Amino acid sequence: MSTLTPVLSDIWDKERSWSLQTYIDQAQGYEAWRTALRTDPAELITAVKDSGLRGRGGAGFPTGMKWGFLPEPDGGPRYLVVNADESEPGTCKDIPLMMANPHSLIEGVAITSFAIGCNHAFIYIRGEVVHVIRRLMAAVEEARAAGLVGTDIMGTGYDLEITVHVGAGAYICGEETALLDSLEGLRGQPRLKPPFPAVAGLYARPTVVNNVESVASVPGIVRHGADWFASMGTEKSKGHGLFSLSGHVTRPGQYEAPLGITLRELLEMAGGIRDGHRLKFWTPGGSSTPILTEEHIDIPLDFEEVGGAGSMLGTRALMIFDDTTSVVRAVSRWNDFYAHESCGKCTPCREGTYWMKGILHRLEAGQGTENDVDTLLDVANEIDGRSFCALGDGAAQPIKSGIKYFREEFEQGMHTPAWELFPYEANAVFSGVTR
Amino acid sequence: MTATTSTSASGDLAPEPEVTFTIDGVEVAVPKGTLVIRAAEQIGIQIPRFCEHPLLKPVGACRQCLVEVSVPDREGNLRPMPKPQTSCTLEATPGMVVSTQHTSPVADKAQHAQIEFLLINHPLDCPVCDKGGECPLQNQAMSNGAPESRFKEVKRTFPKPIKISTEILLDRDRCILCQRCTRFQDEIAGDPFIDLQGRGGGSPGMDVHGLHAQQIGTFDEAVLGYIPLGEEEPPDYADSLDLASPGGAAGVRGGAVRSVGAAATDVSGRPFSSYFSGNTIQICPVGALTSATYRFRARPFDLVSSESIAEHDACGSAIRVDHRRNVVVRRLAGEDPVVNEEWITDKDRFAFTWQSAPDVLQAPMVRDEETGELVATSWSEALAVAAEGLQRARTNGGVGVLPGGRLTLEDAYAWSKFARVVLGTNDVDFRARVHSEEEAQFLGHQVAAAEMDVTFADLERAAQVLLVGLEPEEEAGTIFLRLRKGMLAGKVHVTTIAPLASRGTTKMRANLIPTPPGGEAQVLDALAGDGDLSLDEDVTAALAQPGVVVLAGERLAGSPGAYSALLRYVRARQARLAWVPRRAGDRGAVEAGLLPNLLPGGRPVTEAEARVDLAALWEADTLPEQPGRDHTQILTAAGSSELGGLLIGGVDLSDLPHPAQAERDIRDAGFVVQLEVRHSLVTPYADVVLPVAPPTRKSGTFLNWEGRPRPFEEVFTTHDISDARALDLLARQFGVQLGTGSVPEVHAELAELGGWSAARVPAPEEPAGQITPVSEPTEAVLATWRLMLDAARGQDGEPHLAGTAHRPVARMSARTAANAGLEGHRKVTVTGPKGAITLPLVLTPMPDQVVWLPQHSPGSSVHRMLGVTAGQTVSLSAVTAEVTS
Repeated sequence: MSTLTPVLSDIWDKERSWSLQTYIDQAQGYEAWRTALRTDPAELITAVKDSGLRGRGGAGFPTGMKWGFLPEPDGGPRYLVVNADESEPGTCKDIPLMMANPHSLIEGVAITSFAIGCNHAFIYIRGEVVHVIRRLMAAVEEARAAGLVGTDIMGTGYDLEITVHVGAGAYICGEETALLDSLEGLRGQPRLKPPFPAVAGLYARPTVVNNVESVASVPGIVRHGADWFASMGTEKSKGHGLFSLSGHVTRPGQYEAPLGITLRELLEMAGGIRDGHRLKFWTPGGSSTPILTEEHIDIPLDFEEVGGAGSMLGTRALMIFDDTTSVVRAVSRWNDFYAHESCGKCTPCREGTYWMKGILHRLEAGQGTENDVDTLLDVANEIDGRSFCALGDGAAQPIKSGIKYFREEFEQGMHTPAWELFPYEANAVFSGVTR
Repeated sequence: MTATTSTSASGDLAPEPEVTFTIDGVEVAVPKGTLVIRAAEQIGIQIPRFCEHPLLKPVGACRQCLVEVSVPDREGNLRPMPKPQTSCTLEATPGMVVSTQHTSPVADKAQHAQIEFLLINHPLDCPVCDKGGECPLQNQAMSNGAPESRFKEVKRTFPKPIKISTEILLDRDRCILCQRCTRFQDEIAGDPFIDLQGRGGGSPGMDVHGLHAQQIGTFDEAVLGYIPLGEEEPPDYADSLDLASPGGAAGVRGGAVRSVGAAATDVSGRPFSSYFSGNTIQICPVGALTSATYRFRARPFDLVSSESIAEHDACGSAIRVDHRRNVVVRRLAGEDPVVNEEWITDKDRFAFTWQSAPDVLQAPMVRDEETGELVATSWSEALAVAAEGLQRARTNGGVGVLPGGRLTLEDAYAWSKFARVVLGTNDVDFRARVHSEEEAQFLGHQVAAAEMDVTFADLERAAQVLLVGLEPEEEAGTIFLRLRKGMLAGKVHVTTIAPLASRGTTKMRANLIPTPPGGEAQVLDALAGDGDLSLDEDVTAALAQPGVVVLAGERLAGSPGAYSALLRYVRARQARLAWVPRRAGDRGAVEAGLLPNLLPGGRPVTEAEARVDLAALWEADTLPEQPGRDHTQILTAAGSSELGGLLIGGVDLSDLPHPAQAERDIRDAGFVVQLEVRHSLVTPYADVVLPVAPPTRKSGTFLNWEGRPRPFEEVFTTHDISDARALDLLARQFGVQLGTGSVPEVHAELAELGGWSAARVPAPEEPAGQITPVSEPTEAVLATWRLMLDAARGQDGEPHLAGTAHRPVARMSARTAANAGLEGHRKVTVTGPKGAITLPLVLTPMPDQVVWLPQHSPGSSVHRMLGVTAGQTVSLSAVTAEVTS
């Protein structure tokens, strides 16, 4: 039985949790930074490698290994870019983290920058979350005023600038190379790889792009050691992670727990599915991860096990849907999102999401035609693995998994509107209607 | 061959390391770095593609070229890649195994899917589309697509078309967003005036939600919500244009570039003022980009295509002339890797109507003795009258011969031989422009009959290129593209000796040695290590290395001592030199000896042996021994009746240093015979006019600036006759067999003529000229050159092309403007002895007390309107009504 392990979320309930003083007083804030500054950068990289920390942005690539891909220093600049462009439907962990405790990120940025030999780090933050942007910028100011970032930090001679860059609301800019283009002032579209960012990233210089939660997890590893971090989680998915429960649960929110916790355990902590209903389907890590059903409720939520179940751990954004939900409708809304957010660079994603939008809206309205479900599945299959970046692959997943588990509901779309099969009022959490 | 040279030769040509891999079971060996799609072509496997273009960087956007790939892992076990790969972005690696649509059902299905995707929002309006019949989308939909679409929904549509320039129109619903056009403009031309905008696939129907639906567009404030920084009012140039955003009204201009900073603004204020924009139409794999000229005019399968050579500059670009029922409907870039690759300038592409203009001469004309009017007549009568008149003129002081610079080598040879044999004169000069005796010497010494040395390929790889008297983007567009390509590849550094950094200079990232006109010789001497001018040390050092490639423009003729100093520099620094004239026939004219001091094949007039050789070949008793008059002297002598007459062709008076004087001289000349394609300013004074064929109606050879023969065949078979044939016929009236009645005859004679290895014309040794001193603050030295698109007659009848010309402006430094009391003024009046030109004033970093004007643009024909040439002084004054608040 797993329990919660509040590390990043530890002081979120404290008064003025976002302030530097609270972070220092309540969470030994910036102690790890002081330690790191006296440590050989190579040791820091080794510690992160040993901790088993894997990227928390969804793909789960080992963070320490990513740092290790940087070429030898050549005297030119190297950059850390923090991907804070959290935009995936269902994913809501980085924004609360930066809202409640931005200093945990800034301390992580400082340590990571020091470890990889970077003197200018960028935090690329989603443009819509104005309050979070303000709080993050204020925190950077605070840290600078306290001499924690800036020039000659704590007399060590190490300089670090942190620039908070506000995006303009494009999902694609969460893709790391599109993010870099956007950060450079260009149109945000994914770059051809190779070269990979580690070799030629921001301004064609060696660059590490890390997720907010990954970077914010680094101070804990420095403070408590790699073994402490590795003691949590499963064999290949170590450490703590934020699990974001949303949808038809009694108490939605952030649950910080070791990787490998199950949905059943999380649901128990969250008070279960809303009264009188059963779990119908759920996403393990945001809308881009194939949906799972009630039969997967005891799968340990780590990279391997979820992958083994045909989905992906992703960002641990657990969207919970109960039996009042039309799969067709949910999938259709997700696809609307992808159609709207497709950057347009490559054919399958741009045209495929447009096409699927038409079919899905027809099915939702009960006006589907005989071959619609097969066509829909085929279109999704020809987007998946054919598109330029992972956005297209992601767009195909809800459709492919939705048809896999609930094909009959899609076929009902040939004669019955979804709103008759699943009255929408009953589905809405706040409508007051439950049946 | 010695061991040393063979070692160095093999060192230079060391083969790229090869990579061996397999495509569809066929083993292929290719140089390292080769893309799979290229390697497949080598063994005859065509993988369908849209965004891929061999001369553009890979982008991987259209996803059409997906193939299945396996690569060996470290242990050598073949591991399939989990997803199909785009073969246009994938470099071949050793042991890779590629399965294309021919062997992989997955690749085949993926390719079919991409075609289906591309077609769901495509209008399928092939029957009315310009591209229908030659369309990669159409063709590949047939070869790699499904016969029917499963798409039942409503298509995305756009108001159409957007006029992204007066010449280029964009139908966005045909566009498949492959980005070939934007990549060309960015990577090749350096004019990124169009780019992708918006994102995603958009919405069905006409329901265009702003920029939701990715599309190609120009920079457009109306769309992007751009507010110019600063308080200045935007300049007036865009105000009169009809503007529309991509969501706005159809058929109007797509947007305006206002004060957006140096990078995006050109002085025209037009959003797509690129001299190379027509190439985007040609490389568009669908019918999204069309030209205003050709749109809806023809079907590709109704056209007859003829290979030809562009006649507008000295680059000799390969073109394809498409025609129907004896009317040229369009021209396209030909493919010639050693010259123009696959690109041509917009002038070469669009300016062809001059050859069929209403004023093209249809029949020979002679002046009626009673009425004094030109009347059409037969060839036999015209030739008889011409011969009689020329015979009389010859005995009456002689005949001056002015053939112009637009002739083929064969025609030029006929003119040269006619002058020497029939008219017995060396009073022959093709240089219908500013010229000098020094230049004639330079051409005879350095250029004539020189073996081909500097080539286009050198422009891609020479470490240092020095430009003097040459603006490649304006005067030789293909040179510009090659230099820019070399620069972007990190191989070529360009330095230019010019009064200002033009847009072309900026795009080549060239070093500028700021030099007022007349100062070129001093700078060249300084680069050679002489003289007391001090230049930037880095630049001087770089240009002191052996092997610098120097491209010298014909404008150096207007700068005394420049050609002499050029030769001194080239010798002192072991540089390689090429002379770049402006006209297609200039290089051939030098070869044919259309100069007062030069006979064909680089033979000096003053060499007895050369004359004897030629006289024998030409079966003439003797050839004239004394060098003749140059272009201006011929006109003056004809005007003052020293000469009895003129034989003139292809001369545009506006090009001459003194157009009005030249016109008077021709008017006053005794007997004038004109060989011309079209009515010209000379025609009213001609006694006999012989119509000759434009390039489409004759065959021949242009020699380009490299000295490379660029032969072309006639596009139309007509009874029109070339200059060479006309002169052959005329010579018969004198009882002379000129032997130039056909191209093969001329070639046979040129072959017999052979080379000349004896003494050449001696090198000119003019002292370095001085920059004209300026005494008054309101005076300035004139700098001027021609813009690619200007008021030239070769661009007549093409208003769409004219709309993409750069706007004529006057340029000077801020201090010059201040000195002349022009602060705060938006226009300036430049005055010379003959008159004044008023143009918008653009402050430009350049030497003080120098003003630049376009040489022959609408409203700014410098020679005619001011009566001065480059390097002379003019005065500056304000236009009082134009003071801004």
